Amino acid sequence: MNIHIPTPLRSYTGGLETVSIGGATIHAVFQELTVTYPEVKQHLFTPEGKLRSFVNVYLNDDDIRYLESKEETTVKDSDELTIIPSIAGGTHL
Amino acid sequence: MPAAVEETVLPKLSNEEIARYSRHLILPEVGMEGQQKLKAAKVLCVGTGGLGAPLALYLAAAGVGTLGLVDFDTVDASNLQRQVIHSTATVGMLKVDSAEIMLKGLNPHMNVVKHNTMLTSANALEIFKDYDIIADGTDNFQTRYLVNDACVLLNKPNAYGSIYRFEGQASVFGTKEGPCYRCLYPEPPPPGLVPSCAEGGVLGILPGLVGIIQATETIKLILGIGEPLIGRLLLIDALGMSFRTLKLRKNPECPVCGPHPTVTELIDYDQFCGITPPSKVGPLEVARDKAVGDLPIVDGIPQISVQELKRKLDAKEDVFVLDVREPHEYPIANLGAPLIPVGSIESRIAEIAEHKNDEVVIHCRSGARSQKAALVLKAAGFTNVSNLTGGILAWADKIDPSMPKY
Repeated sequence: MNIHIPTPLRSYTGGLETVSIGGATIHAVFQELTVTYPEVKQHLFTPEGKLRSFVNVYLNDDDIRYLESKEETTVKDSDELTIIPSIAGGTHL
Repeated sequence: MPAAVEETVLPKLSNEEIARYSRHLILPEVGMEGQQKLKAAKVLCVGTGGLGAPLALYLAAAGVGTLGLVDFDTVDASNLQRQVIHSTATVGMLKVDSAEIMLKGLNPHMNVVKHNTMLTSANALEIFKDYDIIADGTDNFQTRYLVNDACVLLNKPNAYGSIYRFEGQASVFGTKEGPCYRCLYPEPPPPGLVPSCAEGGVLGILPGLVGIIQATETIKLILGIGEPLIGRLLLIDALGMSFRTLKLRKNPECPVCGPHPTVTELIDYDQFCGITPPSKVGPLEVARDKAVGDLPIVDGIPQISVQELKRKLDAKEDVFVLDVREPHEYPIANLGAPLIPVGSIESRIAEIAEHKNDEVVIHCRSGARSQKAALVLKAAGFTNVSNLTGGILAWADKIDPSMPKY
Protein backbone atom coordinates (compact mmCIF):
# COMPACT_ATOMS: atom_id res chain seq x y z
CA MET A 1 0.00 0.00 0.00
CA ASN A 2 1.04 3.61 -0.39
CA ILE A 3 2.22 5.68 2.54
CA HIS A 4 2.26 9.47 2.18
CA ILE A 5 5.34 10.90 3.87
CA PRO A 6 5.15 14.47 5.21
CA THR A 7 7.77 16.98 4.09
CA PRO A 8 9.82 17.03 7.32
CA LEU A 9 10.42 13.28 7.05
CA ARG A 10 11.16 13.00 3.34
CA SER A 11 14.91 13.40 3.82
CA TYR A 12 14.79 10.00 5.53
CA THR A 13 12.93 8.32 2.68
CA GLY A 14 15.30 9.45 -0.04
CA GLY A 15 13.12 12.46 -0.82
CA LEU A 16 10.10 10.33 -1.71
CA GLU A 17 6.63 11.71 -1.00
CA THR A 18 4.96 8.32 -1.47
CA VAL A 19 6.48 4.97 -0.58
CA SER A 20 5.05 1.57 -1.33
CA ILE A 21 5.16 -0.81 1.61
CA GLY A 22 3.56 -4.24 2.04
CA GLY A 23 1.81 -5.57 5.12
CA ALA A 24 -1.41 -7.12 6.38
CA THR A 25 -2.14 -4.65 9.19
CA ILE A 26 -1.21 -1.03 9.87
CA HIS A 27 1.26 -2.23 12.48
CA ALA A 28 2.92 -4.62 10.03
CA VAL A 29 3.20 -1.89 7.42
CA PHE A 30 4.87 0.42 9.94
CA GLN A 31 7.32 -2.30 10.91
CA GLU A 32 8.24 -2.75 7.28
CA LEU A 33 8.52 1.03 6.82
CA THR A 34 11.02 1.39 9.65
CA VAL A 35 13.04 -1.56 8.38
CA THR A 36 13.23 -0.04 4.89
CA TYR A 37 13.84 3.52 6.17
CA PRO A 38 15.39 3.15 9.63
CA GLU A 39 15.99 6.88 10.18
CA VAL A 40 12.23 7.49 10.16
CA LYS A 41 11.74 5.32 13.24
CA GLN A 42 12.83 7.75 15.95
CA HIS A 43 10.72 10.54 14.49
CA LEU A 44 7.55 8.47 14.36
CA PHE A 45 7.91 6.24 17.39
CA THR A 46 8.95 6.58 21.01
CA PRO A 47 11.73 4.27 22.23
CA GLU A 48 8.94 2.04 23.58
CA GLY A 49 7.55 1.66 20.09
CA LYS A 50 4.43 3.81 20.51
CA LEU A 51 3.39 6.31 17.85
CA ARG A 52 4.46 9.80 18.94
CA SER A 53 1.53 11.93 20.05
CA PHE A 54 2.23 14.89 17.76
CA VAL A 55 2.06 12.60 14.74
CA ASN A 56 -1.31 11.58 13.35
CA VAL A 57 -1.87 8.68 11.03
CA TYR A 58 -4.83 8.37 8.71
CA LEU A 59 -5.99 5.22 6.96
CA ASN A 60 -7.60 6.71 3.84
CA ASP A 61 -9.39 9.61 5.53
CA ASP A 62 -9.97 8.11 8.98
CA ASP A 63 -7.78 8.85 11.99
CA ILE A 64 -6.48 5.46 13.15
CA ARG A 65 -6.96 6.42 16.80
CA TYR A 66 -10.69 6.08 16.24
CA LEU A 67 -10.62 2.77 14.39
CA GLU A 68 -11.86 -0.13 16.46
CA SER A 69 -8.70 -2.20 16.08
CA LYS A 70 -6.42 0.84 15.81
CA GLU A 71 -3.00 -0.35 14.60
CA GLU A 72 -4.16 -3.93 14.24
CA THR A 73 -6.67 -2.91 11.56
CA THR A 74 -6.21 -5.04 8.45
CA VAL A 75 -5.39 -3.13 5.29
CA LYS A 76 -5.79 -3.70 1.56
CA ASP A 77 -3.20 -2.84 -1.07
CA SER A 78 -5.50 -0.15 -2.38
CA ASP A 79 -5.65 1.62 1.02
CA GLU A 80 -3.49 4.66 1.70
CA LEU A 81 -1.79 5.71 4.91
CA THR A 82 -1.05 9.38 5.49
CA ILE A 83 1.28 10.62 8.21
CA ILE A 84 0.56 14.14 9.43
CA PRO A 85 2.84 15.85 11.91
CA SER A 86 2.03 19.16 13.65
CA ILE A 87 3.25 22.18 11.75
CA ALA A 88 3.12 25.70 13.07
CA GLY A 89 4.57 28.07 10.45
CA GLY A 90 2.55 31.25 10.10
CA THR A 91 4.08 34.62 10.51
CA HIS A 92 7.64 34.13 11.67
CA LEU A 93 10.31 36.14 9.93
CA MET B 1 -25.91 26.15 10.73
CA PRO B 2 -26.07 29.07 13.15
CA ALA B 3 -24.15 32.18 12.12
CA ALA B 4 -21.29 33.25 14.36
CA VAL B 5 -22.55 36.80 14.81
CA GLU B 6 -25.18 37.64 17.40
CA GLU B 7 -28.55 38.44 15.81
CA THR B 8 -29.08 41.88 17.34
CA VAL B 9 -29.95 45.01 15.38
CA LEU B 10 -27.72 44.92 12.30
CA PRO B 11 -25.85 48.12 11.34
CA LYS B 12 -27.14 50.13 8.39
CA LEU B 13 -25.11 50.45 5.21
CA SER B 14 -24.49 53.88 3.71
CA ASN B 15 -25.03 54.51 -0.02
CA GLU B 16 -21.25 54.53 -0.40
CA GLU B 17 -20.97 51.12 1.23
CA ILE B 18 -23.81 49.75 -0.90
CA ALA B 19 -21.95 50.85 -4.03
CA ARG B 20 -18.72 49.35 -2.72
CA TYR B 21 -20.17 45.95 -1.87
CA SER B 22 -22.50 45.68 -4.85
CA ARG B 23 -20.96 42.40 -6.01
CA HIS B 24 -21.76 40.88 -2.61
CA LEU B 25 -25.23 42.37 -2.43
CA ILE B 26 -26.33 40.84 -5.69
CA LEU B 27 -25.37 37.35 -4.51
CA PRO B 28 -28.45 35.69 -2.98
CA GLU B 29 -26.23 33.99 -0.41
CA VAL B 30 -25.04 37.35 0.89
CA GLY B 31 -27.53 40.10 0.08
CA MET B 32 -28.15 43.17 2.22
CA GLU B 33 -28.50 41.16 5.43
CA GLY B 34 -25.27 39.24 4.83
CA GLN B 35 -23.33 42.42 4.20
CA GLN B 36 -24.77 43.90 7.37
CA LYS B 37 -23.64 40.79 9.28
CA LEU B 38 -20.14 41.34 7.90
CA LYS B 39 -20.26 44.94 9.07
CA ALA B 40 -21.37 43.87 12.52
CA ALA B 41 -18.69 41.18 12.78
CA LYS B 42 -15.56 41.54 14.88
CA VAL B 43 -12.67 39.31 13.84
CA LEU B 44 -9.31 39.06 15.58
CA CYS B 45 -6.25 38.20 13.47
CA VAL B 46 -3.56 36.74 15.68
CA GLY B 47 -0.41 37.53 13.75
CA THR B 48 -0.05 39.94 10.82
CA GLY B 49 2.58 38.00 8.93
CA GLY B 50 2.46 35.38 6.22
CA LEU B 51 -1.01 34.10 7.04
CA GLY B 52 -2.38 37.24 8.68
CA ALA B 53 -1.51 39.47 5.72
CA PRO B 54 -3.82 37.99 3.06
CA LEU B 55 -6.37 37.10 5.74
CA ALA B 56 -6.73 40.66 7.05
CA LEU B 57 -6.71 42.22 3.56
CA TYR B 58 -9.51 40.03 2.25
CA LEU B 59 -11.60 40.44 5.39
CA ALA B 60 -11.21 44.21 5.00
CA ALA B 61 -12.20 43.96 1.35
CA ALA B 62 -15.24 41.89 2.29
CA GLY B 63 -16.45 44.56 4.67
CA VAL B 64 -15.80 43.06 8.09
CA GLY B 65 -16.64 45.93 10.40
CA THR B 66 -14.00 45.48 13.07
CA LEU B 67 -10.64 43.83 12.59
CA GLY B 68 -8.35 43.33 15.57
CA LEU B 69 -4.64 42.74 14.94
CA VAL B 70 -2.30 41.10 17.43
CA ASP B 71 1.41 41.42 16.68
CA PHE B 72 4.37 42.70 18.65
CA ASP B 73 6.88 42.53 15.83
CA THR B 74 8.31 45.09 13.41
CA VAL B 75 8.44 44.83 9.62
CA ASP B 76 11.67 43.34 8.26
CA ALA B 77 12.74 43.29 4.59
CA SER B 78 12.69 39.48 4.60
CA ASN B 79 8.96 39.63 5.42
CA LEU B 80 8.15 41.23 2.05
CA GLN B 81 8.69 37.95 0.22
CA ARG B 82 5.19 36.97 1.45
CA GLN B 83 3.63 39.45 3.88
CA VAL B 84 1.85 41.51 1.26
CA ILE B 85 0.10 43.76 3.76
CA HIS B 86 3.41 45.50 4.50
CA SER B 87 5.63 47.42 2.09
CA THR B 88 9.19 48.60 1.52
CA ALA B 89 8.14 51.98 2.89
CA THR B 90 7.08 50.47 6.21
CA VAL B 91 10.20 48.41 6.93
CA GLY B 92 11.12 49.12 10.54
CA MET B 93 7.58 50.11 11.52
CA LEU B 94 5.48 48.15 14.00
CA LYS B 95 3.57 45.50 12.06
CA VAL B 96 0.20 46.55 13.47
CA ASP B 97 0.82 50.15 12.37
CA SER B 98 2.06 49.03 8.97
CA ALA B 99 -0.93 46.74 8.45
CA GLU B 100 -3.35 49.48 9.43
CA ILE B 101 -2.07 51.71 6.62
CA MET B 102 -2.92 49.23 3.90
CA LEU B 103 -6.17 48.09 5.55
CA LYS B 104 -7.51 51.62 5.90
CA GLY B 105 -6.32 52.45 2.41
CA LEU B 106 -8.36 49.54 1.08
CA ASN B 107 -11.42 50.10 3.24
CA PRO B 108 -11.78 53.33 5.22
CA HIS B 109 -15.16 52.21 6.62
CA MET B 110 -13.68 49.59 8.93
CA ASN B 111 -12.37 49.81 12.50
CA VAL B 112 -8.84 48.53 13.01
CA VAL B 113 -8.00 47.70 16.62
CA LYS B 114 -4.28 47.29 17.22
CA HIS B 115 -2.96 45.05 19.95
CA ASN B 116 0.77 45.68 19.86
CA THR B 117 1.60 42.95 22.31
CA MET B 118 2.66 39.35 22.57
CA LEU B 119 -0.30 37.12 23.27
CA THR B 120 0.11 35.41 26.63
CA SER B 121 -1.95 33.46 29.15
CA ALA B 122 -2.24 36.69 31.14
CA ASN B 123 -3.90 38.73 28.38
CA ALA B 124 -5.48 36.28 25.89
CA LEU B 125 -8.91 35.94 27.49
CA GLU B 126 -9.20 39.70 27.96
CA ILE B 127 -8.21 40.44 24.35
CA PHE B 128 -10.36 37.69 22.81
CA LYS B 129 -13.59 38.38 24.67
CA ASP B 130 -14.75 41.27 22.48
CA TYR B 131 -14.40 39.39 19.19
CA ASP B 132 -16.72 36.94 17.44
CA ILE B 133 -14.17 34.89 15.56
CA ILE B 134 -10.46 34.36 16.03
CA ALA B 135 -8.19 33.69 13.03
CA ASP B 136 -4.96 32.02 14.10
CA GLY B 137 -1.99 33.01 11.92
CA THR B 138 0.80 32.46 14.42
CA ASP B 139 4.10 30.73 13.89
CA ASN B 140 4.83 28.72 17.00
CA PHE B 141 3.28 25.89 18.92
CA GLN B 142 2.95 27.67 22.25
CA THR B 143 0.69 30.34 20.78
CA ARG B 144 -1.34 27.84 18.80
CA TYR B 145 -2.18 25.91 21.94
CA LEU B 146 -2.85 29.17 23.78
CA VAL B 147 -5.21 30.42 21.05
CA ASN B 148 -6.96 27.08 20.92
CA ASP B 149 -7.52 26.82 24.64
CA ALA B 150 -8.69 30.46 24.92
CA CYS B 151 -11.18 29.93 22.06
CA VAL B 152 -12.62 26.81 23.64
CA LEU B 153 -12.89 28.44 27.07
CA LEU B 154 -14.64 31.49 25.57
CA ASN B 155 -16.62 29.49 22.98
CA LYS B 156 -15.26 31.40 19.98
CA PRO B 157 -14.64 29.70 16.61
CA ASN B 158 -10.99 29.51 15.60
CA ALA B 159 -10.23 29.72 11.86
CA TYR B 160 -6.97 27.78 11.87
CA GLY B 161 -4.26 27.73 9.22
CA SER B 162 -0.65 26.66 9.32
CA ILE B 163 2.12 26.10 6.83
CA TYR B 164 5.50 24.48 6.41
CA ARG B 165 7.59 24.86 3.26
CA PHE B 166 5.16 23.74 0.55
CA GLU B 167 2.37 22.29 2.64
CA GLY B 168 -0.48 23.78 4.58
CA GLN B 169 -3.31 22.80 6.87
CA ALA B 170 -6.63 24.54 7.49
CA SER B 171 -9.60 23.83 9.71
CA VAL B 172 -12.10 25.45 12.02
CA PHE B 173 -11.64 24.62 15.69
CA GLY B 174 -13.29 25.90 18.82
CA THR B 175 -16.93 25.30 17.98
CA LYS B 176 -19.10 23.50 20.51
CA GLU B 177 -19.92 20.58 18.22
CA GLY B 178 -16.53 20.29 16.55
CA PRO B 179 -13.03 19.24 17.59
CA CYS B 180 -10.35 21.60 18.86
CA TYR B 181 -6.65 21.73 18.04
CA ARG B 182 -5.86 19.47 20.98
CA CYS B 183 -8.24 16.80 19.66
CA LEU B 184 -5.92 16.57 16.67
CA TYR B 185 -2.60 17.10 18.46
CA PRO B 186 -2.85 16.48 22.20
CA GLU B 187 0.85 17.23 22.62
CA PRO B 188 3.32 19.48 20.86
CA PRO B 189 6.48 18.11 19.26
CA PRO B 190 9.66 18.50 21.31
CA PRO B 191 11.44 21.80 20.62
CA GLY B 192 13.86 21.64 17.74
CA LEU B 193 12.16 18.81 15.91
CA VAL B 194 10.08 20.97 13.57
CA PRO B 195 12.04 23.90 12.11
CA SER B 196 10.53 27.38 11.93
CA CYS B 197 10.20 29.19 8.59
CA ALA B 198 13.42 31.07 9.34
CA GLU B 199 15.26 27.76 9.53
CA GLY B 200 13.23 25.63 7.10
CA GLY B 201 12.27 28.30 4.59
CA VAL B 202 8.84 28.76 3.03
CA LEU B 203 7.57 29.35 -0.49
CA GLY B 204 6.12 32.87 -0.28
CA ILE B 205 2.85 32.10 -2.03
CA LEU B 206 1.95 29.32 0.37
CA PRO B 207 0.75 31.41 3.32
CA GLY B 208 -1.10 33.50 0.73
CA LEU B 209 -3.07 30.46 -0.34
CA VAL B 210 -3.75 29.23 3.19
CA GLY B 211 -4.51 32.70 4.59
CA ILE B 212 -7.23 33.19 1.97
CA ILE B 213 -8.71 29.83 2.92
CA GLN B 214 -8.87 31.05 6.52
CA ALA B 215 -10.54 34.27 5.34
CA THR B 216 -13.05 32.20 3.35
CA GLU B 217 -13.90 30.10 6.39
CA THR B 218 -14.26 33.22 8.55
CA ILE B 219 -16.68 34.80 6.07
CA LYS B 220 -18.69 31.58 5.82
CA LEU B 221 -19.01 31.49 9.60
CA ILE B 222 -20.15 35.12 9.73
CA LEU B 223 -22.72 34.66 6.99
CA GLY B 224 -23.82 31.19 8.07
CA ILE B 225 -23.41 29.75 4.54
CA GLY B 226 -21.68 26.75 3.01
CA GLU B 227 -19.90 24.01 4.95
CA PRO B 228 -17.13 25.35 7.19
CA LEU B 229 -14.17 23.08 7.88
CA ILE B 230 -15.56 22.01 11.25
CA GLY B 231 -14.53 18.41 11.85
CA ARG B 232 -12.35 18.41 8.74
CA LEU B 233 -8.66 19.02 8.18
CA LEU B 234 -7.79 20.41 4.76
CA LEU B 235 -4.29 19.40 3.63
CA ILE B 236 -2.73 21.51 0.93
CA ASP B 237 0.24 20.37 -1.14
CA ALA B 238 1.28 23.36 -3.22
CA LEU B 239 3.89 21.52 -5.29
CA GLY B 240 1.44 18.83 -6.37
CA MET B 241 -1.44 21.35 -6.23
CA SER B 242 -3.45 18.70 -4.46
CA PHE B 243 -6.04 19.19 -1.76
CA ARG B 244 -7.17 16.45 0.58
CA THR B 245 -9.67 16.46 3.38
CA LEU B 246 -9.33 14.24 6.41
CA LYS B 247 -11.99 13.63 9.01
CA LEU B 248 -11.31 15.15 12.38
CA ARG B 249 -13.15 13.86 15.37
CA LYS B 250 -13.82 15.49 18.68
CA ASN B 251 -11.71 13.54 21.15
CA PRO B 252 -14.10 12.26 23.84
CA GLU B 253 -11.24 12.57 26.33
CA CYS B 254 -10.00 15.99 25.20
CA PRO B 255 -8.67 17.83 28.26
CA VAL B 256 -9.96 21.15 26.94
CA CYS B 257 -13.12 20.63 24.90
CA GLY B 258 -14.25 17.21 26.13
CA PRO B 259 -17.12 16.54 28.53
CA HIS B 260 -14.67 16.21 31.46
CA PRO B 261 -12.12 18.96 30.86
CA THR B 262 -9.00 19.09 33.02
CA VAL B 263 -7.77 22.34 31.47
CA THR B 264 -10.20 24.98 32.71
CA GLU B 265 -7.87 27.94 32.57
CA LEU B 266 -4.89 29.03 30.47
CA ILE B 267 -1.62 27.34 31.38
CA ASP B 268 2.09 27.99 30.98
CA TYR B 269 2.48 27.13 27.28
CA ASP B 270 6.26 27.51 27.22
CA GLN B 271 6.46 24.78 29.81
CA PHE B 272 3.87 22.71 27.92
CA CYS B 273 5.99 22.90 24.79
CA GLY B 274 9.24 22.29 26.65
CA ILE B 275 10.67 25.67 25.77
CA THR B 276 12.66 27.73 28.23
CA PRO B 277 11.46 31.31 27.87
CA PRO B 278 14.07 33.78 26.58
CA SER B 279 16.05 35.48 29.34
CA LYS B 280 17.37 39.02 29.01
CA VAL B 281 20.98 37.99 28.55
CA GLY B 282 21.20 34.28 27.85
CA PRO B 283 24.42 32.31 27.88
CA LEU B 284 24.73 32.56 24.12
CA GLU B 285 24.18 36.33 23.93
CA VAL B 286 27.28 38.17 22.81
CA ALA B 287 27.44 41.63 24.37
CA ARG B 288 27.11 44.32 21.74
CA ASP B 289 30.37 45.15 19.95
CA LYS B 290 32.35 42.99 22.31
CA ALA B 291 33.25 39.35 22.01
CA VAL B 292 32.79 37.34 25.17
CA GLY B 293 36.14 35.78 26.07
CA ASP B 294 35.13 32.62 27.83
CA LEU B 295 32.08 31.28 26.08
CA PRO B 296 30.12 28.63 27.88
CA ILE B 297 29.69 25.01 27.05
CA VAL B 298 26.34 23.83 25.73
CA ASP B 299 25.65 20.10 26.05
CA GLY B 300 29.38 19.49 26.33
CA ILE B 301 30.28 21.48 23.20
CA PRO B 302 32.38 24.64 23.63
CA GLN B 303 30.89 27.65 21.87
CA ILE B 304 33.28 29.87 19.92
CA SER B 305 32.55 33.44 18.82
CA VAL B 306 33.09 34.74 15.28
CA GLN B 307 35.67 37.19 16.62
CA GLU B 308 37.63 34.35 18.19
CA LEU B 309 37.49 32.30 14.98
CA LYS B 310 38.68 35.30 12.95
CA ARG B 311 41.56 35.78 15.36
CA LYS B 312 42.56 32.13 15.02
CA LEU B 313 42.36 32.21 11.21
CA ASP B 314 44.35 35.46 11.01
CA ALA B 315 46.99 33.97 13.30
CA LYS B 316 47.13 31.00 10.90
CA GLU B 317 46.27 28.58 13.70
CA ASP B 318 45.62 25.03 12.59
CA VAL B 319 41.83 25.08 12.62
CA PHE B 320 39.60 22.89 10.48
CA VAL B 321 36.36 24.72 9.70
CA LEU B 322 33.39 22.65 8.56
CA ASP B 323 30.19 24.04 7.03
CA VAL B 324 27.11 21.88 7.74
CA ARG B 325 24.47 23.79 5.78
CA GLU B 326 22.68 22.57 2.64
CA PRO B 327 24.44 22.86 -0.74
CA HIS B 328 21.98 25.47 -2.02
CA GLU B 329 22.96 27.85 0.79
CA TYR B 330 26.66 27.87 -0.09
CA PRO B 331 26.47 30.25 -3.09
CA ILE B 332 24.57 32.83 -0.99
CA ALA B 333 27.41 33.30 1.48
CA ASN B 334 30.19 31.06 2.72
CA LEU B 335 33.46 31.04 4.63
CA GLY B 336 35.23 28.91 2.07
CA ALA B 337 34.97 25.86 4.30
CA PRO B 338 34.25 22.33 3.04
CA LEU B 339 30.55 21.44 3.24
CA ILE B 340 28.84 18.33 4.58
CA PRO B 341 25.12 18.86 5.32
CA VAL B 342 24.21 18.13 8.92
CA GLY B 343 21.84 15.33 7.88
CA SER B 344 24.70 13.46 6.17
CA ILE B 345 27.41 13.94 8.77
CA GLU B 346 27.05 10.54 10.34
CA SER B 347 27.31 8.69 7.06
CA ARG B 348 30.21 10.81 5.76
CA ILE B 349 32.44 10.91 8.85
CA ALA B 350 35.14 8.99 6.99
CA GLU B 351 35.70 12.02 4.77
CA ILE B 352 36.90 14.09 7.73
CA ALA B 353 38.35 11.32 9.89
CA GLU B 354 41.88 12.73 9.48
CA HIS B 355 40.78 15.73 11.61
CA LYS B 356 39.67 13.61 14.57
CA ASN B 357 42.21 15.18 16.91
CA ASP B 358 42.48 18.57 15.23
CA GLU B 359 40.72 21.71 16.40
CA VAL B 360 37.45 21.60 14.51
CA VAL B 361 35.03 24.53 14.32
CA ILE B 362 31.61 23.79 12.87
CA HIS B 363 29.35 26.47 11.42
CA CYS B 364 25.92 26.75 9.85
CA ARG B 365 23.65 29.72 9.23
CA SER B 366 22.76 30.68 12.77
CA GLY B 367 24.41 28.15 15.06
CA ALA B 368 21.64 25.62 15.60
CA ARG B 369 22.48 22.93 13.05
CA SER B 370 26.19 23.23 13.74
CA GLN B 371 25.54 22.49 17.41
CA LYS B 372 23.75 19.28 16.38
CA ALA B 373 26.63 18.34 14.07
CA ALA B 374 29.17 19.01 16.81
CA LEU B 375 27.37 16.55 19.08
CA VAL B 376 27.51 13.92 16.33
CA LEU B 377 31.25 14.40 15.83
CA LYS B 378 31.91 14.34 19.55
CA ALA B 379 29.99 11.08 19.85
CA ALA B 380 32.09 9.70 16.99
CA GLY B 381 35.28 10.35 18.94
CA PHE B 382 36.39 13.80 17.73
CA THR B 383 38.35 15.31 20.58
CA ASN B 384 38.28 19.06 19.95
CA VAL B 385 35.02 20.25 18.40
CA SER B 386 33.52 23.74 18.87
CA ASN B 387 30.31 25.33 17.64
CA LEU B 388 30.44 28.76 15.96
CA THR B 389 27.86 30.75 17.91
CA GLY B 390 25.55 32.78 15.70
CA GLY B 391 26.82 31.03 12.57
CA ILE B 392 27.56 32.79 9.31
CA LEU B 393 24.94 35.42 10.16
CA ALA B 394 27.09 36.54 13.10
CA TRP B 395 30.13 36.61 10.78
CA ALA B 396 28.22 38.86 8.35
CA ASP B 397 27.13 41.01 11.26
CA LYS B 398 30.44 41.46 13.07
CA ILE B 399 33.31 40.52 10.79
CA ASP B 400 32.34 41.04 7.15
CA PRO B 401 29.46 43.50 6.56
CA SER B 402 29.79 43.03 2.80
CA MET B 403 28.55 39.49 3.22
CA PRO B 404 24.81 39.10 2.54
CA LYS B 405 22.54 37.94 5.34
CA TYR B 406 19.69 35.60 4.54
